[in-house]
Amino acid sequence: MSETFLLRGARILDPAQGYDAHGDLLIRDGRIYALGPDLAPTADAAVVTLPASWVLTPGFVDLHAHLREPGFEAKETIQSGAAAAARGGFTTICCMPNTQPVIDSAATIAYVRDRAKDAPARVLPIAAISKGEAGTELAEMAELAEAGAVAFSDDGRPVSSSRLMRNALAYAAPLGLPMVEHCQDEDLVGAGVMHEGAIATLLGLPGWPAAGEDVMLARDLALVRLTGAKYHAAHLSTAGAVALVRQAKREGLPVSAEVTPHHLLLTDAWVAGERSGPLADALAALGIAVPPGARYDTATKVNPPLRTTDDCAALLEGLRDGTIDAIATDHAPHTTVDKHCEYADAAFGISGFETALASLLALVHAGRLELPTLVAALTIRPARAWNLDAGTLAPGAAADLTIFDPDEPWTVEPGRFASRGKNTPLAGLTLRGRVRQTWLGGRRVYDAGGEYPSF
Amino acid sequence: MALDTLETLAAPPLPATTRRRHLLDVDDWTPDELRALLMDAAHMRGVLAQSERLDTLRGRVLVNLFYENSTRTRVSFELAGKRLGADVTNVTASGSSVEKGESLRDTVRTLQALGAQIVVVRHSRAGAADLIAREIAGAVVNAGDGWHAHPTQALLDAFTLERHLGSVAGRRIVILGDILHSRVARSNVWALTALGAEVVLCGPPTLLPLAAVEMYTSRAVPGTGTPRRVAVEPRVERALAGADAVMVLRLQRERQQAGLLPSPREYTARYGLTPEHLRLARPGAVVLHPGPMNEGVEIDAAVAHGAASLIEEQVTNGVAVRMAVLALLAAGRMVESES
Repeated sequence: MSETFLLRGARILDPAQGYDAHGDLLIRDGRIYALGPDLAPTADAAVVTLPASWVLTPGFVDLHAHLREPGFEAKETIQSGAAAAARGGFTTICCMPNTQPVIDSAATIAYVRDRAKDAPARVLPIAAISKGEAGTELAEMAELAEAGAVAFSDDGRPVSSSRLMRNALAYAAPLGLPMVEHCQDEDLVGAGVMHEGAIATLLGLPGWPAAGEDVMLARDLALVRLTGAKYHAAHLSTAGAVALVRQAKREGLPVSAEVTPHHLLLTDAWVAGERSGPLADALAALGIAVPPGARYDTATKVNPPLRTTDDCAALLEGLRDGTIDAIATDHAPHTTVDKHCEYADAAFGISGFETALASLLALVHAGRLELPTLVAALTIRPARAWNLDAGTLAPGAAADLTIFDPDEPWTVEPGRFASRGKNTPLAGLTLRGRVRQTWLGGRRVYDAGGEYPSF
Repeated sequence: MALDTLETLAAPPLPATTRRRHLLDVDDWTPDELRALLMDAAHMRGVLAQSERLDTLRGRVLVNLFYENSTRTRVSFELAGKRLGADVTNVTASGSSVEKGESLRDTVRTLQALGAQIVVVRHSRAGAADLIAREIAGAVVNAGDGWHAHPTQALLDAFTLERHLGSVAGRRIVILGDILHSRVARSNVWALTALGAEVVLCGPPTLLPLAAVEMYTSRAVPGTGTPRRVAVEPRVERALAGADAVMVLRLQRERQQAGLLPSPREYTARYGLTPEHLRLARPGAVVLHPGPMNEGVEIDAAVAHGAASLIEEQVTNGVAVRMAVLALLAAGRMVESES
């Protein structure tokens, strides 16, 4: 079997190299060999001709995903999650440690890496900051780093103790790995289940103020100033948080940040079935109908919550001006039972891998976001933020590729997701743009036109 | 025609003017629909006054599904259903399969399989009635869900006010107390503003919901497009000045523990409806309370049992209004299933 491929004809977009042109890509032994116009096929190369309307980019890098294994295999497994990632064009995914047991030991890191070794995506474990994510004692961070952790986070369980967060930052500084915070002052957020504002008032649901995020982020930035350690703010959702990160970067603090597709695109009005905000506007501009949703649709319940149109605008501005480094899915699969219940009792989270690109492309189609900016935030910028060896088509890099048709319309049918989590607020919506192929280390792990990979 | 005139006719209610399958809230009701329902309720009051029974719901199964404790609402629905000839069953969370961990969806599907055609639900979670309405083929009546809505309370309050004020249009109605956690307040704003009243929400700032004015005023009255008149006023003297009616809300003791209030003592002094506070309202102003009351906390006993109080009449009117609601939904179902 040939290990050399020549991919011809597509628009090749690699923000890492500033490359954006129709051209050819030569892959040999799992790595990028050459990139350029009209490459001559070597004798052993299998030629793959792609439509000129398709776009070929580095495989997407996701800094924030929940793969649920070990412990919650009914929601997702590493295999099913990686298959969903491949269908979404993600080739490198960082998985959060809020499993059972928590990923807080070299043994659990080894378990995850072992379960992931034949998966159709590279799975990089994030280890817990505190033992059992209990927020009291530091996890064995040096050993976790040696075992292969790429970052530390108590995601979903914010580090409430300022003292512990300070110590975590200081202790991990020489390890060079970022501390990833889910910015949420739990005392202020209380029993909140959605953004505190007019829609929470309408629906009578306990609200969660934007200040709950800003307060925690401001505290953390003060601690970064104190320790000089690397820090990454997960899933920004408020205009205030964007302003804080922008200011911190101006100061030169070693800070990075991510935003999810849903916080960029959806608003709290979706909880009331009133689908306003950037995605609805963009789809309307494309002539795609967005029917009203159901009130109290638990698929809209996510942590942090969907916020306002103004927050969406600030997040998009932050993405475009470089304040926000990465788009991360916060892929959070759940079972039907977790979601088919009263809103306040439903689990937080959206199954995000398989709709991320198509939903984000709506912004590109509507002229709100440039395609190279979008692709950079899905590839080289997250890779650089965490020093990951990924996100480029430079010669010598692993041949991880995403190939998509930016215009192909399709309807979101959660029943067809590879993910076990069918929980998406986008069910039934028509989106434009679809991943056609995903390559991992020179091997096609997903092909929309070919065999459906089964896991 | 005045509501009290209709009561004397004691005839079966007029055919419902609109078709509604469920009553989840009154936020989408037009003024015409509200007025028609209040007229139906006036007929029902006449039926009750003459101790009559109707056969509007004969052969139908009504289930009262109550996940929260309730006396007046549950009994009110039970009596309303029986007066209309329905077979009425009560299910409470304690002593049912809910205690064994059954989900709300499964419980209502089971009730449907047992023949329930009308489910009246009271639940601590906002959106519970909406959830049930998506699960079953029959009619759902929201008897209170979390902080969200209590539409039959709003209808009976509107009915009670209209009987005494003639019409609420142009009247200033103050809702006083813990607005944030109140489904009664939320549904009342929809109904009263649709009928043309100005509603003033008054309470300590920690018990006022965020962006309430913005939210209500951005949602015009259905059918007419009239903007809703809603104000928020944390100063009780300003709120009560010129009020035609004061609706007092129950204050839960937990609010102090949650750090929302210093003490019941301070609350009573600032926000309790005392005779002194009531004197700030317009002469002849009436007083409502959805019950159960904490006398001496949010309302003074002299006010609760004084000349201005319509509190007991609210309870009586509740049965008539619920009869009208059940009849309306039954008519809606019949039309729907025939078409």
